[in-house]
Amino acid sequence: MSSTPKERRFVIVGAGPAGMRAAERLVEAGERPVVIDEAQRFGGQIYRQPPAVMQRERRDLYGFEAGRAAAVLDRFEALRPQVDYRPQTLVWQVEASALQLLHAGRTTTLPFDALILATGATDRVLPFPGWTLPGVYTLGAAQVALKFQATLIGPRVVFAGTGPLLYLVAWQYASHGGQVAAVLDSAPLSAKLRAAPGMLARPTVAAKGAYFLARLRLLGVPLHGGVTLLKAEGRERVTGLSWLAQGTTHTTECDAVGFGHGLRSETQLADLAGCAFDWNEIDQAWLPQRDAAGRSSVRGVYLAGDGAGILGADAAELSGAGAAQAALDDLQASSPAAASARALPTSPAATSPATSPAAAMQPHVAFRRALETAFALPPNWAAEAPDDLIVCRCEEITAGELRACARDTGARELNRLKALTRIGMGRCQGRMCAPGAARLLAEATGCPLKDVGRLRGQAPVKPLPVALLHEAAPSTVVPEDEDD
Amino acid sequence: MPRDEIAFTLDGRACSALEGDTVLTALLTQGQRLRESDFSDAPRAGFCLMGACQDCWVQLESGERLRACTTPLLPGMQVRTGARR
Repeated sequence: MSSTPKERRFVIVGAGPAGMRAAERLVEAGERPVVIDEAQRFGGQIYRQPPAVMQRERRDLYGFEAGRAAAVLDRFEALRPQVDYRPQTLVWQVEASALQLLHAGRTTTLPFDALILATGATDRVLPFPGWTLPGVYTLGAAQVALKFQATLIGPRVVFAGTGPLLYLVAWQYASHGGQVAAVLDSAPLSAKLRAAPGMLARPTVAAKGAYFLARLRLLGVPLHGGVTLLKAEGRERVTGLSWLAQGTTHTTECDAVGFGHGLRSETQLADLAGCAFDWNEIDQAWLPQRDAAGRSSVRGVYLAGDGAGILGADAAELSGAGAAQAALDDLQASSPAAASARALPTSPAATSPATSPAAAMQPHVAFRRALETAFALPPNWAAEAPDDLIVCRCEEITAGELRACARDTGARELNRLKALTRIGMGRCQGRMCAPGAARLLAEATGCPLKDVGRLRGQAPVKPLPVALLHEAAPSTVVPEDEDD
Repeated sequence: MPRDEIAFTLDGRACSALEGDTVLTALLTQGQRLRESDFSDAPRAGFCLMGACQDCWVQLESGERLRACTTPLLPGMQVRTGARR
């Protein structure tokens, strides 16, 4: 890092809780960070704001989290004059010390000295037959519809899958005029009891979960645990959901289904930045390595929030501020003028071991572990998935095709399976299919999930207009087929 | 706060939606689908609504393609879903 302190550029990707708190920390230290975000307005998914013409009461938008939302959103709004905030901008490639951006149909290059990736998460999806039908959405989508567009995915909705979002979204719909036809949890309800002691790591959060459950019961919403999702019924759109519990098959009529199985981190940019990945037992996923302060394995690249591992919004605020502090500390230490430069505020870790980043994160990790018990993924999903199940919704590649490939070619690694079947090669680049495909491959080969690896990230991480690819330097875009 | 109406066309038909609507919201207020699968004739209507799954790409009459869930509807947009007319 040869740049002088006044020239150095801090770039944050993502304006959710982690990105907003990272920006705050940098502004407090006298910097003017660039904050790049794909959305129209800052907030991330959890504190997603409606378009300005549709502004609503925060209590209505965020429920119990209204106070938290207001604190972080208002703080970022106040910081705006000191932040180079760039909404509706996609980072589609990470190079050694520059990002490739897409905004308003144009690509530009943005050099950085320190990069903080706060890229967030999307729903982790284990598909079931019929999941591509109109009216079937993720749980996250159901929330986006409500928060961002003041609409419901349907008047009469079944919420299914598992995870804390399942009950939260069901309650949000029930209290906003939606009819919740059923809540179908693939984890048994007894698992919640088993997880209860661990949930006491964050008692108020656990109490909110219990509240949603109690309210849904009071409203007479049918709640079922240990459910296997059989099929979304309908031809033009979903008209019902068939499911199995305790050996009995049921069909619940509905106009929409919201489903998901927890969250998965958006790690493509960390991958393109060259970050090393480790297997994470709690998330059951390969995640970019980071130290307690948020440093990745790559100098100058920092990781924060759910994009580096699922710990939730409150932990994201902590890790965002922590990663920004680490970036400040590192640039300070590496600056040739460090000795004579103005003193930067030192990391809280250096002054107060009791509130070290790792210690502050501890309850969030303990709670997350308990959530994984309470909302365990369906253990037999891969074995039970029918051969004609569409796993890749982009290119309609089926579970049977993946199984046949593993059987006939001996493919044991996910990128090999991708090269042979195109799984993960469609427009979403594996965001929707990877959790399912990895589990099917592990099941077919008899390997632990960890051993099938992870899909490598490819630039552009999201589709670009074709005309732009001709403008970009040839070396920056690797044709997908070159892989493997 | 009442929102202004926005006029647009969907497969040549005059339609209206509300200011602040995304293209996806505007289209699904009018019909059941956004497009048909590239690999079968199966109808699709988006999935993640947060710009990740790329299931909701539609085309304008001009040929320009856009992701419906992250694109605000603009007055006069001429959207083509590819649905049989």
